[in-house]
Amino acid sequence: MKKFDLLVTGVGGQGVILASNIIGEVALAAGYDVKKTDTLGMAQRGGSVVSHVRLGRGVYSPLIKAGEVDIMLAFEKLEAARWSHYLHPGAVAVVNNYAQFPLSVNLGDETYPGDDEIVNILKRSTKRIYLIDATSRVEALGNLRTLNVFLLGCASVFLPLKIRVWQDIISQRVPPGVQKLNITAFNRGRKEMRRVYLRQSATEHGAGVVDTEDVRGGSRA
Amino acid sequence: MAEMIKLLSGNEALALGAYHAGVEVAAAYPGTPSTEILESIARFDDIYAEWSTNEKVAMEVALGASYAGVRALVSMKHVGLNVASDPFIAASTTGVGAGMVVVTADDPGMHSSQNEQDSRHYARLAKVPVLEPGDSQEAYELMAHAFDISEKFDTPVLVRLTTRLSHSKSVVKTDRERVVPDRTVGFQRDVAKRVMVPAYARLRHPAVEERLLKLATFAETMPLNQVLWGDRGLGVISSSVAYQYAREVLPRVSFLKLGMVYPLPENLIRYFAVQVDRLVVIEELDPFLEESIRAMGISVMGKEFIPRVGELNPDIIEDGLRRIGLLNEAVAPPGLKITPGLPKRPPLLCPGCPHAGFFFVISRLGKRSRTPKSRGKTAGETGLVITGDIGCYTLGAYPPLNAMDTCACMGASIGQALGMAKAGTSQRVVAVIGDSTFLHSGITPLVDAVYNGGNMTVVILDNGTTAMTGHQHHPGTGVSAQGKEARAVKLEDIVRGVGVDDVRVVSAFNIRDIRNALRSSLDSPGLSVIIVRGPCAVRAPKQARPRVINAEKCNQCQLCLLIGCPAIRREGERIYIDPASCVGDACGLCEQVCPQQAIAPQSGVAVPA
Ligand SMILES: Cc1ncc(C[n+]2csc(CCOP(=O)(O)OP(=O)(O)O)c2C)c(N)n1
Repeated sequence: MKKFDLLVTGVGGQGVILASNIIGEVALAAGYDVKKTDTLGMAQRGGSVVSHVRLGRGVYSPLIKAGEVDIMLAFEKLEAARWSHYLHPGAVAVVNNYAQFPLSVNLGDETYPGDDEIVNILKRSTKRIYLIDATSRVEALGNLRTLNVFLLGCASVFLPLKIRVWQDIISQRVPPGVQKLNITAFNRGRKEMRRVYLRQSATEHGAGVVDTEDVRGGSRA
Repeated sequence: MAEMIKLLSGNEALALGAYHAGVEVAAAYPGTPSTEILESIARFDDIYAEWSTNEKVAMEVALGASYAGVRALVSMKHVGLNVASDPFIAASTTGVGAGMVVVTADDPGMHSSQNEQDSRHYARLAKVPVLEPGDSQEAYELMAHAFDISEKFDTPVLVRLTTRLSHSKSVVKTDRERVVPDRTVGFQRDVAKRVMVPAYARLRHPAVEERLLKLATFAETMPLNQVLWGDRGLGVISSSVAYQYAREVLPRVSFLKLGMVYPLPENLIRYFAVQVDRLVVIEELDPFLEESIRAMGISVMGKEFIPRVGELNPDIIEDGLRRIGLLNEAVAPPGLKITPGLPKRPPLLCPGCPHAGFFFVISRLGKRSRTPKSRGKTAGETGLVITGDIGCYTLGAYPPLNAMDTCACMGASIGQALGMAKAGTSQRVVAVIGDSTFLHSGITPLVDAVYNGGNMTVVILDNGTTAMTGHQHHPGTGVSAQGKEARAVKLEDIVRGVGVDDVRVVSAFNIRDIRNALRSSLDSPGLSVIIVRGPCAVRAPKQARPRVINAEKCNQCQLCLLIGCPAIRREGERIYIDPASCVGDACGLCEQVCPQQAIAPQSGVAVPA
């Protein structure tokens, strides 16, 4: 049983915590020991949120050590950059290509880093960076609230957890009435991830050394 | 009962553990990170659970229930125990009836608190046993022990959590069902044990001391204190989540893991200490274990390499061990540090927040906020002091509002304002307090201000909920912790009832009314109270017609940005409103504020989903 340390990050209100809860429950159903912990400031909305999710045979610390994250799932670009030092070389960073400006930026007191700067910060940690237009894809699907489940679809490609279990747990965890919508979002996320992955590995040769098995199915386990 | 395996937070696990241990009355006042304990327990409808007005009351409710013969639980955040310390120590003195467990959740790292106290020190002060779980499974199991210890030794038991335990989920296996001890409910009169006049209290003190000795003996063999042998070159004594971090970094050494941290098992500690070459204590915050162990004459290291300040994590422990040469050289320090200079993302008042309008007004009146065009000029001296309190509205202290000058502890704003006025300052003092905080501990200082004649303004920001901690009900909302209809306490009735004559109630979304009320209060001597009322934006349903800025009329004065509304954004010179974030007709503050009348409802826009 391989260990997986995942960092899920974004802005309060984006659904980060539900997403990390779902990962934990899917892994539990697959027989992993699981610890997960959230750090969110004092406010309900708008602050930085980060969840650590640890899967393995036996997990002690709920917090991941810096430099040991295997998979980062970032709902927002600046938050991806903020936590990039947690990644180990060769980690996968799935980053929603979406910027939400902090108030200080809105007020003109600070500047939001450019795309190049964000990618460069991430590149110091890993080359396997996948920028996904998740927010716009989800908007096209008609409900921005499915963003978290869409991104779970993206991350699921890199985890040896069965699709059926993902779908079951998602159906249990989202409000009744939007289950189908969420399952669609999850499947679209998987599809989008594979498309981006294949395109990126075709252009940047060898940049992302993921087994194609993982990328195609993820259903070996 | 079939075995159940679930991913539960420490708070949820603890609540389930208490439920299975037969708790029948639970009381709490919300406070991060402890809030979900009562929220979880309130879902069981075969027990009584309440949000109390404050932690002191919650403690007394639990003590009363315990006296009456049912198992009782009271939970709070660390600073809540300060508020409740008087009845807590009283409970230790009188002893309990049925089991009474007090849960307090510390917040190392101050994720959402005003201080970083280590509540284990209350153990010494109150002379009560303290238990600390290391994960959710332990939190679940420890509750049964806690109630048993309470009854066996006739003492309240303190269970100490930390944010990382409360808010981490881990796997919990249960195969137990709820068992309620079979006892008749009813208070039995016992004056010498329940009525603490000095003559009887003098009898209790030796009993308490004797109880501590018995507890120390019990600690030697109690199953929550465990030796885990590994390599005996290094022995680590640890507890709580610090144990998990230490074990992560040092998977092969020997551990003495303490689940009961007061009183300490001295013989067990000696037995462990003599069998290892070097002994260290790894604990979060204060050297609580370390100092006691050193006082036993045992040589031990701890705070020489583990910080006293802030939350621990495996990196910090690894770093400390490396510094004192106790870490295998093969473990390299992490290569990268956090990238400096990235914009921070502090918590914000939400779009449509009912606190924003009042803060905008007082910030302008007090010349606290300035548009870019007036930024070069020196600040105006208005002689206004704004004493503050704790809640979402404390965010009014940040730019662009800059409208809060103090924040100490819950309820402090009114007493501080009175003190400043009595000190003879010529400044006009305004105390700002939330509705839940006012009910928690704002009423008694208001009575003081009436009684002693304070020249001051008190502003109660009434959003109809305890927003900061996640929207719990309180006595003003008319709904109980278990969702039942309750009698709502009216703030204006309280305020008038205690003798304030000048009381105004204004809408939180009407800038003119707020300004008029505030101006006239500031201009008149004496005590006046303004209640600014409007529902919390997170709970109020979003309404139609987000506001839009007409670019032709807008002259970029940027006054609207001074509301601090996250929906109002700037991109270069252009100022716009994000239609997905704006709450529309529910607010309308920016429209009232704009001198150019450039902001108006966007007609024909559907309600966003
Ligand atoms: C003694 C104590 N108990 C609990 C808390 C946690 N806490 C902080 S603010 C707050 C109440 C906030 O409610 P309210 O005054 O209505 O303001 P709002 O957040 O709704 O604006 C609570 C419970 C605390 N800081 N101190």
